Amino acid sequence: MPTIGTPQIKLLERLCNATSVSGDEGEVRAIVLEEIKGHADEVRVDVLGNVLAIKKGTEKKRLRVMLSAHMDEIGFMLVADDGEGLFRFESIGGIDVRQLPGKAVLVGAEHVPGIIGARPIHLTSAEERKQKIPLDALRIDIGPGTSKVKPGDRATFATRFQRNGPSLMAKALDNRLGVVTLIELIKHAPAEIDLLAAFTVQEEIGTRGAKVAAYSLNPDIGIAVDATPANDLPDWDGDENTTYNTKIGLGPAIYVADNSTLSDPRLVRWLAGTGDAMKIPYQFRQPGSGGTDAGAIHKAQAGIPSISVSVPHRYSHTAISVARLEDWKNSLALLHAALTRLPPELLASDRA
Amino acid sequence: MKNLIQNLTETSGPSGYESVIREIIRAEIEPLGNEARVDALGNLIVHRGEMGKNGKRIMLAAHMDEIGLIATHIDGNGFVRFGSIGFVRPHTLVSARLQFANGTQGVVGLEPDIHATKLGTPSEYFIDVGATSPKDCPVKIGDVATFQRPFLDLGKRLVAKSMDDRIGCAVLIETLRSLKTTPHELYFVFTTQEEVGPRGALTSAFGIDPDIGLAVDVTLTGDTPKSSPMAISLGKGPAVKVKDSGMLADARIVDWMCTTAEKRHIPYQREVLESGSTDAMSIQVARSGVLAGCLSIPCRYVHTPSEMVDYEDVQNSVKLMVALLSAPVKW
Repeated sequence: MPTIGTPQIKLLERLCNATSVSGDEGEVRAIVLEEIKGHADEVRVDVLGNVLAIKKGTEKKRLRVMLSAHMDEIGFMLVADDGEGLFRFESIGGIDVRQLPGKAVLVGAEHVPGIIGARPIHLTSAEERKQKIPLDALRIDIGPGTSKVKPGDRATFATRFQRNGPSLMAKALDNRLGVVTLIELIKHAPAEIDLLAAFTVQEEIGTRGAKVAAYSLNPDIGIAVDATPANDLPDWDGDENTTYNTKIGLGPAIYVADNSTLSDPRLVRWLAGTGDAMKIPYQFRQPGSGGTDAGAIHKAQAGIPSISVSVPHRYSHTAISVARLEDWKNSLALLHAALTRLPPELLASDRA
Repeated sequence: MKNLIQNLTETSGPSGYESVIREIIRAEIEPLGNEARVDALGNLIVHRGEMGKNGKRIMLAAHMDEIGLIATHIDGNGFVRFGSIGFVRPHTLVSARLQFANGTQGVVGLEPDIHATKLGTPSEYFIDVGATSPKDCPVKIGDVATFQRPFLDLGKRLVAKSMDDRIGCAVLIETLRSLKTTPHELYFVFTTQEEVGPRGALTSAFGIDPDIGLAVDVTLTGDTPKSSPMAISLGKGPAVKVKDSGMLADARIVDWMCTTAEKRHIPYQREVLESGSTDAMSIQVARSGVLAGCLSIPCRYVHTPSEMVDYEDVQNSVKLMVALLSAPVKW
């Protein structure tokens, strides 16, 4: 039975503190390969850098289930050297530009510290403070004296992981939570399925890794294991918050529909049914915007019934997010339990 | 054919949830002796004919899904907040009547109630199903609904919700009924999730790997007061799509369709649609590419609960499709 204990939290810490911005997932990939070594029947890295690991089950009739957890995080790329250690940069993945001034970053393979500087309040006018600062007015300042940093290097927030009682605070909880979950599922792979694990690349810039991984694995079912926003703070004007997406503390979020995928209803019932039967808390993510690797997976080959399960987290795609340890534990528990009770005839009836 | 159109358009089947309409269509085509199967994304695929000399593998596609709404939240007083599935025009929400998949019916309200001049943003609308709290509300997050409107037979013109694209489904069903012989290997695909993609057409085309792909879908018209200029009118025949915003029809396909129509004295129009696309867009770029085109049925008030087609256009669409599929492809 997989659990989330101290070793898993330590692994999450290591992964959250690593740098793997979309397109350069090497640091996380190295940790993943090290962790799953000896636990899968077959492990390979494809040309885009996806880690594909297969663990066959032992039951006579088994479905081939692809579980996808993306290794990349949002971040930045240096675009031009303005001299004296100042660099123009662009964002990689969706980042609100208002989140940037005043943040500490780590640049390049050597993790050189830098600052996205903000002007001190003494030197700003009230008018100016009403506007957001456009991205091309910002610079990453690493100071003079180092030639280790150059245009094309990626950077990420310098946030360090912290455990705070029931909460986990870190950058890149989206999707290091999913990565550790998938590592644990490989280590405790259910006998009832063939587990096709895909640690994917470039999800944040268009689910590119998942597209090719799904094409090559061609599974019976696809499940994206991710992290999703919880915008669940109360509306400050007293109205009911009706657009929270998910709520922190209510368990893993099962997707019915997002912007890129209409989940297969058979899979929704299977997962929710597992939660009900095994008394594992879960919630339904509000239908609407956003997307996961499932968006690419379900359209691969001649179509693959797909769904997503995510850990809710606040302050997504910013320097520091928060998730509850309980929600993460319940996500792993829900997925593992569901896979052990996946009926091989689930797809025998037509999608309905 | 009017009964069939009524039956199809009065059925509820938003993108992703097409099983009910699929079974109705399956019940129509199975007595015609055709082998039908359902693929991974719920597409209904009907095989007819074997590849003869001068034959091609041709995929026909009409989408079963319609636009709809999906519940996102039940508030403290039992009102249902929602998002849309596919492109729902905001003005059609005002006072709309809806039907949920579980049978619950409701009406759309707008905050503040009865806004005389402003349309509002989607988040200012809600659905009232007559509940007073989340506990007595028969709708939960993720439940889907479609607009509810009865079919209207105005004689020459027919009005219903989801003419887009149940009228295309009706045309393909009638084509299957009327088609006597064909030199081609045909796949009639009643696709899913066109309104959000197209998605069903993409994966079914991958599975079928056709030589030619033809969608049958509605197109807009330019024949209502102050409409955007468009050379398509109701009653002037089916439209041969030259271009829309997602696809340039293969010129050989356009030529084949026009020449066939002329030879059989079937009225037709040439169509350029500035905004909007069809399943043909996805079919064209499946695998290593497919020769693609589209037979369009002119339709007024598309993506409203009162879409209008001309009955003769529909009958001529069937005639043209049968003519195209009965003979070798020539260009």
